[in-house]
Amino acid sequence: MTTAEKYLAAAYLVVFAIVLAYVLIISLKLVRLEREVEELTELARRRQARTEPSREPTPVG
Amino acid sequence: MVAAVAMIAYVAEVDADQGLSQKIFFFHVPIALTAYACFGWGAWKALLHLWKQRDGADLESYVAIHQGVIFGALTLVTGSIWAKISWGHWWVWGSDQLVLFLVLFLFYAAYFMLRFSVEPGPRRANLSAVYALFGVALIPVSFMAIRLANDLIHPTVFTTDGPQMSGRMFATFCLSWAAMLLLAGTLYQVELAGKRLDLRLRELRELLA
Repeated sequence: MTTAEKYLAAAYLVVFAIVLAYVLIISLKLVRLEREVEELTELARRRQARTEPSREPTPVG
Repeated sequence: MVAAVAMIAYVAEVDADQGLSQKIFFFHVPIALTAYACFGWGAWKALLHLWKQRDGADLESYVAIHQGVIFGALTLVTGSIWAKISWGHWWVWGSDQLVLFLVLFLFYAAYFMLRFSVEPGPRRANLSAVYALFGVALIPVSFMAIRLANDLIHPTVFTTDGPQMSGRMFATFCLSWAAMLLLAGTLYQVELAGKRLDLRLRELRELLA
C-alpha cells in the first residue's frame, strides 16, 4: 500500500467514523426519547385509573 | 452514497498530476459545499424567524448550523489529509482559502456558545438568528477568497472556463455532491424530528406534572 493510498483510506475512514458517531449519538437520543414516551404513557394511564372509579354510573331513585 | 464511492473508485480516472490523492477531492469539495449549503439554509431560516416570526424557524436554523459545523469539521479534516500528501504539511497558514474557511468554521462554532449562554426564549432565538445572518456573509468571501487573492497554494478546479476536469470526473463529482446533500438532508430531518419530539415531550411532562 502506497502512502497516497494510506492517506486516502484514512480520509474515507475519518468521514465514515464521524458520520457514524453522529448517527450513534442521534440513535441514543431517540432511545432516551422512547423511554420518556413510555414513562409519560405510564403516568397518563395511572392518572386515568385514578379518575375512572368516580366516572362509574350511580343508580338513580 | 454507495454509488458515489463506487464511481470515485472505478469510474473517475486517476489524476495524471496528483495521482491517487486527488480522489479526496471527490468528497472533500462536496462536503465543503454541503457545509456552505447548511450555513446558508440556517441563515435563511434565521431570516424567516426574524422577518415572519415563523414558528419553529429558530430550531430549524439551529439544526442546519449544527449540520454545517459537522460538515465544516469534516472539510477541515479531509483537507488537512490532502494537504499532508500534496504539500507535506497538515496546515498552511499562507493559504487564504484555508484560513477563511477556518474563520467561518470558528464563527459558527461560536454560535453555540452564544446560543447556550442565553436563557431559552424569544431573546435567545433573536440573538441566534442575527448571529446566523452575519455569518452567511462570510460564505461568499470564503468561496471567492481563492479567486480574489489569486492563491497559488490551494488548487482551483472551477474557473470561469468551467470545471477543469474530464467528463467522467465531473459526473463523479456531481454524484458525490448529490449524495452528500442527501446525507445532510436526511441527518437534518432526523435531528430536527428528535429536537421537536424532545420539546413536545417536555411540554407534555409539564402538563402531566
